[in-house]
Formats: sequence, C-alpha cells, structure tokens
Amino acid sequence: MSKLYSGAEIVFKCMEDQNVDHIFGYPGGAVLPIYDELQNFKSIKHVLVRHEQGAGHAAEGYARSSGKPGVILVTSGPGATNVVTALTDAYMDSIPLVCISGQVPTHLIGTDAFQECDTTGITRPCTKHNWLVKDINDLASTIHKAFEVATTGRPGPVLVDIPKDIQFQKTKYNRPKKEKKLNGKSHNHFNQNSIDELIELMSKSSKPIFYTGGGVINSGPKASELLRELVYATGFPITSTLQGLGSFPGDDNQFLGMLGMHGTYEANNAMHDCDLMINIGARFDDRITGKIDEFSPKSKKVHIDIDPSSINKNVKVDLAIVGDVKTVLSSTLKSLKQKKSKFLKSNKQKTSKWWEKIQKWRSVRSLDYIGSEETIKPQYAIERLYELTKDKDSYITTEVGQHQMWAAQHYKFNKPNRWMTSGGLGTMGYGLPAAVGVQVAHPKKLVIDIAGEASVLMTIQEMSTAVQYNLPIKIFILNNQYMGMVRQWQELLHDKNYSESYTAALPDFVKLAEAYNCVGIRAKTPEELDDKIIEMLNTNRPVIFDCMVDKVENCFPMIPSGKPHNQMILGPKDQESKKITGKGKSLV
Amino acid sequence: MPNSKSAYSFSNKKEKLDTHIIVVWVDNEAGVLARVVGLFSGRGYNIESLAVAQVDEKLNISRITIVTTGTPQVVNQIKLQLRKLVPVHKVADFKREDKEVIFKEMALFKIVGPNNKLESALKACKKYNPVILDKTKKSNVIQITALRREIDKMSKDLKKFGLVSVSRTGAVAMTRGADIFK
Repeated sequence: MSKLYSGAEIVFKCMEDQNVDHIFGYPGGAVLPIYDELQNFKSIKHVLVRHEQGAGHAAEGYARSSGKPGVILVTSGPGATNVVTALTDAYMDSIPLVCISGQVPTHLIGTDAFQECDTTGITRPCTKHNWLVKDINDLASTIHKAFEVATTGRPGPVLVDIPKDIQFQKTKYNRPKKEKKLNGKSHNHFNQNSIDELIELMSKSSKPIFYTGGGVINSGPKASELLRELVYATGFPITSTLQGLGSFPGDDNQFLGMLGMHGTYEANNAMHDCDLMINIGARFDDRITGKIDEFSPKSKKVHIDIDPSSINKNVKVDLAIVGDVKTVLSSTLKSLKQKKSKFLKSNKQKTSKWWEKIQKWRSVRSLDYIGSEETIKPQYAIERLYELTKDKDSYITTEVGQHQMWAAQHYKFNKPNRWMTSGGLGTMGYGLPAAVGVQVAHPKKLVIDIAGEASVLMTIQEMSTAVQYNLPIKIFILNNQYMGMVRQWQELLHDKNYSESYTAALPDFVKLAEAYNCVGIRAKTPEELDDKIIEMLNTNRPVIFDCMVDKVENCFPMIPSGKPHNQMILGPKDQESKKITGKGKSLV
Repeated sequence: MPNSKSAYSFSNKKEKLDTHIIVVWVDNEAGVLARVVGLFSGRGYNIESLAVAQVDEKLNISRITIVTTGTPQVVNQIKLQLRKLVPVHKVADFKREDKEVIFKEMALFKIVGPNNKLESALKACKKYNPVILDKTKKSNVIQITALRREIDKMSKDLKKFGLVSVSRTGAVAMTRGADIFK
C-alpha cells in the first residue's frame, strides 16, 4: 500500500511537483498544520512578510520578474482579507498567483467561528477561479488545477481555501496528470486567413503603428524577441502601454515612448492620426484611449489578444486575432517572410511622410521640464537614476502616482520583465513588497523601488522583511510631501483646493531606515544627487533613499478628462490655453 | 469650448436594447451559480429571470437559463465573460424573437372566491394549458405555462377573479427540431 500523506504534506508535495522554490506568507491558527510541515520540504523557502498584502505584492513581483507563478500562504479570516488587494491587483494586471489560505475546520464553517470568513465568497470576483477543498481526496488535484488555471491563457490569481481538519487528514498522493485541457478551452483561435489579412493591411498602410501591452511580456521573453523582429522587419513605429514597457527597447528610434494619459505627444498623436493600429496584447484601457468616441477615428484596428473577451470590449476592431502573442507573431513573421520578403524596402517610401510627421511631433520634446539648480526636479532624479544604473541589468518596481508616471517616462527599459508596476488597479504600496519579491527571484540583481513618500508608507513594514532576508532592495523615494497625483488633479480640476493631499507629519525616512536596521540616505540638492545615488548603489544592504524633490511639480504631458489623444496638455506654458472646463471636471 | 464628455466613462450614445436568453451549461458544484450571477452584477449586466437545475446527473451538469437585456456589445461581452469561467462548458444565446427556439415560463395562481369566479379564472387561462393542482370549495391553484408577457397579462387579468398569490419560474428554452446546441 502506498504511503499516506496529511493534507499539509500534500500542499508541499504539490508545490514540489510544480517547481515552487519560494512562497510568501504569514502563519496563523488555520494554517498551523501546513507551517508545521514546512521544515520537511527543504527545496521550498518561505519568506515571512509583515502583512499579508505584502505577501501578495511580493509574489506578484516574483512572478512578473521571473515568469513563474507567485505562491502565497496565509491564514483564515484577516489573513485572507488582507491579501484581497493583492489578488485584485494581480487580476487586473494578469499576473499568475496561487494563494493557499487556511480555513476553520469544516464542521465550524458557517458558525461565525473565530477568524472565519467566507474566503471563497470574498475572493470570487478577484480571482480567475477559487476552490474550497472539503474532501482530502480532492486536495492534490485541486492544487494542481489551481496552478494550471493561474498560468494558462490570460494569467491571473487563483485561491485554494483549505479547512484545518483537511490539513490533518491523510490520503494517498498522486502526481499531476500532464496536459489536461480545461473544458476544452484552448487559447489559439486564429487561422492563416487572419494572418494574411493582417499582412495585407500592413502592406496597404501608409500610417501604421504598433500599440503593444503587457500581453507581450506575459507571453514570455520569446514574444519580445519576435516583436522586435517584426517591428524591425516592417519599419513601423511602435508605442507601448505602461505594462508593456521593456518588450521593445526604450531607446530605439522606432519607439515613440509610452502612450496614454501621461504618454508622449508623438505616441498619442500617432495613435490618433494613424490609418492602421496593430494592438498586440493590450486592452484599450480608459487611461489609454482617452475620449472613446474620438479615439483614433481614421484607423483600421487589429487586435491580437489571448482573451476573447478583450476583443470589442471597449473599442470595436476590424480584425481580431485571438491567440498567444508569441504564436501569432511567429506566424505573422513567417508569412511576411514568405509573401513580402522585401517589405521593409517597399514600405519605406510609403511611410516616409508618416515618419516625417512623427519627427515633427517628436521635436515638441513633450517630456522636457524646466530644470532647477536649487531643488531636485523629480524628472531629473529619475533621469540621473537611469543614467547611473543603465549599464546594470536593473529591475524597477514603483508605487502609484506621479513618481510612477515619471519613472515610466524617463527610465528606459530594454528588456522584458524588468518593470513591475501596478497599472490596472493602481495600488499604492505595491512597489516595496514587489521589490522584495523581485529580489528574492533575482538575488544578485539591482532592484529599485521608485516610490512616493505617501505610497511607500502604506507597506513600509516590509522593510523589515527585506532586512531579515538580506535583500538589498533600494527604495528611491521622490519625496514631495504631497500625494502628488491627487495634488495635481486638485490643482487642475478642483480649483487648487488641496483637500487632505498634504501629509503634515511624515517620518524622517533616514531615521526610519536606521530603525529598520537598514541604510538611510538623503539628497536635498541637484548638486549632491549623483554622489548620493552612487552611494546607494554601492551599498549592499537595503536602502531607503529620501530624495527631497520639488513639491509642486506636475506630471506632463497629460490628456485631460474629456479629451481625445490629439488634445494634450504639454507643460506649464501650455496649460493656460487648454484649461479643463465644465463637464470634464466632474468626470474621472 | 464645447461641453466635454468624459474621456474615461462610457459614451452617452443611446443604443437599442435587445432581450436575449442566455443558456449556460455548468459543472454542478458549490458556488457555481454565485459565479455566474456575480459576473452579471459585478459587470453591471441585467438579469430579468433565472432558471437553474441539474440536467445530467451522471456528468454532473446544470443548465442555467438567464433572460437579459443589453446592447449587442454587452450581450457579446456576457457570452465571452461567461465562457471564461472555469466550470462553464458552453454558452448559447438566443434572441427572444427567434422563431427556432421555444421559450416557456410556468406560473402558479391561487384564486380565492365563489365558484363562478373560480370558473371564470379557469376559463381565462384556457389558452395556456391550465392544470388545476389543488381545489377546495373556495379556492383553486392553477398552473399555466406560457410566455413571460402572457403570464404578466394573466397576473393582471385574474385579479378581478380573486387572484391572491402568484408564484412563477424563470424562462427555460429549447431549440425546435432535431438539432441540439453544441
């Protein structure tokens, strides 16, 4: 007779078979049997966070930088509710997470037991799927299915809720069966005709643009390689969403920069005026499209996406190709080489006027800002950080707000999986724990959280985690003492009524760093900035870098509320003439 | 400057709403109805009526029939979003006007009153296959099967004959002819 394993052992047996090497978690009553078994599974290392939200974001950082699913282990009740923000964040940004949560014993479910909550009920709308395991014989297959659901198709978070009595019960363990299809849900639904149609559209177009998103990153490093090949083979301009940064080199001449609300003038105008838009792995999010009924009015739109429900959700498209980006791009390249081997040459002439136009938009230099010798401009800080770290293979996470947009604008990414930011949900407090997760996945690499002082305080306790595991993450805080993006909107849309957006009693971040037993560095002037950044980079310990920046700098360019792509606010000078008025004010 | 509409909300364009009957085949497991219904409420879709029951004991399949209204784009989203749910096997979508599909709802009417009123009530129901399920000296429970609007009408018309209680199901649907939905 084969050996019997307890539910707790089976949890780890499954993780072993899924090649899990790190889990992020926090113990508690309803997961104690699982924590009891941890020591018997040496290949799985547990990272003890300081709050379950931190475990979730750390797992996200781990997943996004490594391409593997992030694994979370939390207790029932508050343990599970604390992780909800991170699950929702992962759901919005399509990050594969597997969350194992403890639950009160089955006979107590529904009795309002201590630390009981309806975990599967609460997490149902913020996971791809979740399970409450009520029979020990279902446990192994459920966990393996959870990994499969999280990582296949459009990735996302899943949760497995395991009552405490199930963790004690014993049964046999069976290894996962391979390649089981999910109710026949395969992911490539396109045929050669669609690819031919795409190539036809590309060869007819005189004002084309690639608009790429996080789907390219999620499809794996090979997808980024193929994207580069396709972009070079066509000579078309390319722009990227916030999540797609890094799939195409940020310093390449064909790259127009990020598009959308704080995207570049050239990217947004090119989106507005193009005659062919090829969306690869992006989802026409509202921060991208601006006013939807004036969105790119003259273009044929192609949408390549693995999720059929993304097609025609916000914007009607002319050609939909449902499939994995990698597969679609490789078919496209193959056909392009066969049918139009001299595409680049024949296309150059056709798109030369388009490129001239783009150069004109580029010459506006929309990311420029007014420099200062007295105060550190936040954009300058990012630029210097980029210049001083670009030769290292660095990983950047961010919090949410102005600093996030400045980082996206001024830090140039050349590789996929190097940029971890909360885009869909916009979770303040994401960056610090995400940096912890990234550093766990890449112990030798430089990991920087570009942060705002308000965001970072939401999860600052995770510095303690970084110190415990010797994770030399760098928290680069652009400290303007305001919730900068809130302040900016209040300035532009609410008559400068800065209601509650100033933080009056901020901690001394250098002393705070010392209290956590890590290193605190402060920069106050542009003059000393470089030296201080170098000092930070030379410190092989966690660092909190307090970069005191201009308090009232705004993030431009910007598409204001109620405006299409071609009506951007450019900078302080341009603002007066394009004030946001009337209805636009009340709408977000 | 003209009044600007939001860049970040839906347009104010008024589009025609169609009534659709969505049929969903799902694994009959705990929480599956909550997933389907939660998807509707979470994304702001409408449910006019709902009927659920297990239809295949061996394969453990339930059939959920949902009557909903929406623009073509919304109805399309409903189908695509439903197909993404793990326990969902297939999704069918019928327009209410579709002649190839049978839609039926069932209603129970309790009529209380003198004999002549009970008779009149039964007579009024005649078109809809009335079945008397319970009969006493002063009351009847009548079952009818009909379309939604017919039951709506009957619920109103029977008031004058002493209708005191109505209980009705959601719509169920089936295609005509030998074909089944795959």
